[in-house]
Amino acid sequence: MLAFAIKRFLIIIPLLFLISATSFIILQAPPGDYVSQYLARVSMQQGFPITKEEEAALRHQYGLDQPLYMQYLKWLGKVMRGDFGLSTAREAPVNELVKERLLLTVGLTFITILFIWSFAIPIGVISAVKQYSIIDYIFTFTAYIGVATPNFLLALAIMWVVLDLGGGYIGGLFSPEYMNAPWSWGKFWDLLKHIWVPAIILGTDGMAGLTRIVRANMLDELNKPYVLTALAKGLPVWKVILKYPMRTALNPFFSGIGYALPQLFSGAVILGVVLGLPIIGPLLLEATLEEDMLLAGSLLFILAGLTLIGTLISDIILAWADPRIRIEG
Amino acid sequence: MAAGGIAPPQQLDEEEIYLAPQWKLVWWRFRRHRLALVAAGLLSIFFLIALFPNFLSIHDPKITHGKDSLVGPQRINDLWRFDPYVYDLKTVRNPDTFALEHTPDKEKKIPVNFFHHGQEYKLLWLFKTDIHLMGIDTEDGRPFYPLGTDRLGRDIWSRLAHAIRLSLSVGMVGMLISLVLGVLLGGISGYAGGWLDVLIQRLIEFIISIPTLPLWILLAALVPSSWGIVQVYFAITTIIALLGWTGMARVVRGRFLSLREEEFVTAARLAGAREGRIIFRHMLPSFVSHIIASVTLTVPAIIIAETSLSFLGIGLRQPAISLGVMLVEAQNVRSIALTPWVLVPGLIVIIIVLSFNFIGDGLRDAADPYGRGG
Repeated sequence: MLAFAIKRFLIIIPLLFLISATSFIILQAPPGDYVSQYLARVSMQQGFPITKEEEAALRHQYGLDQPLYMQYLKWLGKVMRGDFGLSTAREAPVNELVKERLLLTVGLTFITILFIWSFAIPIGVISAVKQYSIIDYIFTFTAYIGVATPNFLLALAIMWVVLDLGGGYIGGLFSPEYMNAPWSWGKFWDLLKHIWVPAIILGTDGMAGLTRIVRANMLDELNKPYVLTALAKGLPVWKVILKYPMRTALNPFFSGIGYALPQLFSGAVILGVVLGLPIIGPLLLEATLEEDMLLAGSLLFILAGLTLIGTLISDIILAWADPRIRIEG
Repeated sequence: MAAGGIAPPQQLDEEEIYLAPQWKLVWWRFRRHRLALVAAGLLSIFFLIALFPNFLSIHDPKITHGKDSLVGPQRINDLWRFDPYVYDLKTVRNPDTFALEHTPDKEKKIPVNFFHHGQEYKLLWLFKTDIHLMGIDTEDGRPFYPLGTDRLGRDIWSRLAHAIRLSLSVGMVGMLISLVLGVLLGGISGYAGGWLDVLIQRLIEFIISIPTLPLWILLAALVPSSWGIVQVYFAITTIIALLGWTGMARVVRGRFLSLREEEFVTAARLAGAREGRIIFRHMLPSFVSHIIASVTLTVPAIIIAETSLSFLGIGLRQPAISLGVMLVEAQNVRSIALTPWVLVPGLIVIIIVLSFNFIGDGLRDAADPYGRGG
């Protein structure tokens, strides 16, 4: 088990390198660098140009006169130590900007996964046991609609309905009075009261897919002779279902969570914009639109890193649940 | 879908099943998937709209009517009694809010003409004509708005017809790019094997293990703002397709791997067939239906991606008209509550994506005529 976990962890390292390189290339892609952008702003404010010597000195100070791979290694070294540098447009350390958003992003994803698990499994099982019943058709149809509706449309529709019914929810994760308040139990409770709306919207996509997987696997298992044997021995139906076929049917489900994670993080970006959530995604979009590429690249790296770690965790859970995977690796 | 096997519902004798070519078997199975058939019908309508958006539109989709901002949908009355009409619009400035308000003027009926002579346009980029599906004659040249107008007073109905064209074409072009990439890389991976296979598989794993939307956002931001509509269109479509070919590649690779060991491939090889002939003449035809099914499921993903990016303001931009660009109007919930018709493009997105998904599922079930049902 430990060997498996270590092996999985080792696979992640080259992927992280690849992502960091991608992020860095994107960071570098727009014309101009940190200094030229900074100078453009300063000379606009002060109204006089900056001499070539001063510019060169600044370049040297930030290490921009070194070759690209050196810059990358230095950037990577700092990132490894958890320092993402300064955001140009906001003139604040990236770490400061990201800290709370990171927590909320992880929290939102976690609650979304909980939501998906607690609904996709029973719905999938019920649809399979009652195949071609009204319930099955309703769930199947809802799943199709869920997949076909872009997240942001669903968010807009739900907010519209809530607004129409006179409800107070208009996005965000906090009530105004807690928006900038320091963390307290009151704020945490306030968060819980808000976070379920984005979690449900975000969850529909993944849930629809996973429900189908559980249903298909359950159908496969239900047709196997051991189910018939168990029934023939006089076990109650619910016990047969919960004890034998469901266990096997849930295996692909655990790995499915791993595949759903990138989708969840993608979905959270656009949902965050529509609902005005203080998570990483919307900041990424803002930074991109402001051409604050250092911030944008760092955020891309953080999001991708989070996804990889999440996938790692789900892989380990899968291995823990299914011994076969541990051995085959 | 219930029973497995290949038996078509009609009373075909066994001989007919034996002699049927593969496409026929696929069609027999596909035909049993009712929803997929309905979806295919719906999609053909959308493709017709995409071919003739100018014929359907009532007005130039780009022309703004400043005083007709946010007009609600105008009902066409008596549509089935051969003399349909709409009520004229009465526009009054609200003395309290100073906003222009539009109400139907029940006194004035304006007849709606079919095959109306309106603005000139080129049908299929070739034939000059001025015939539109619907239109009205008014002294001030004011058109009517079956689906209302947006903030700038542009006719949503006409814009929708053009948006369907652009969004569908993004889906199709993106699908073609994914198809080429997927078949090429998946084919190499599955047929050649070895270190190339390992390399391509790692690349695929890398792409599916990172969240695509943030990457799309960053890549889309690198598209220079000075580019014209056509350049942006191809840039965005390519960016989306670059990250969307992995599913296809996996299908193709899996098929190649399983077919490589089949007897008929060995037979062809022993008979002295060249590699190219083995691949294109013997292997490819046996899984074309799988590719088509997988391709059908790529299109909706690409359309959703385009819609999302454009909605965020970093995909296609004005003056291009796509479903996503139209949905930019619906960014504010409060404005949706007041003018719900700006969400109509969203409904169209859902219908198009649903149709593609149903057809894709139907094809996937049908792709393997000898497989079990379900």
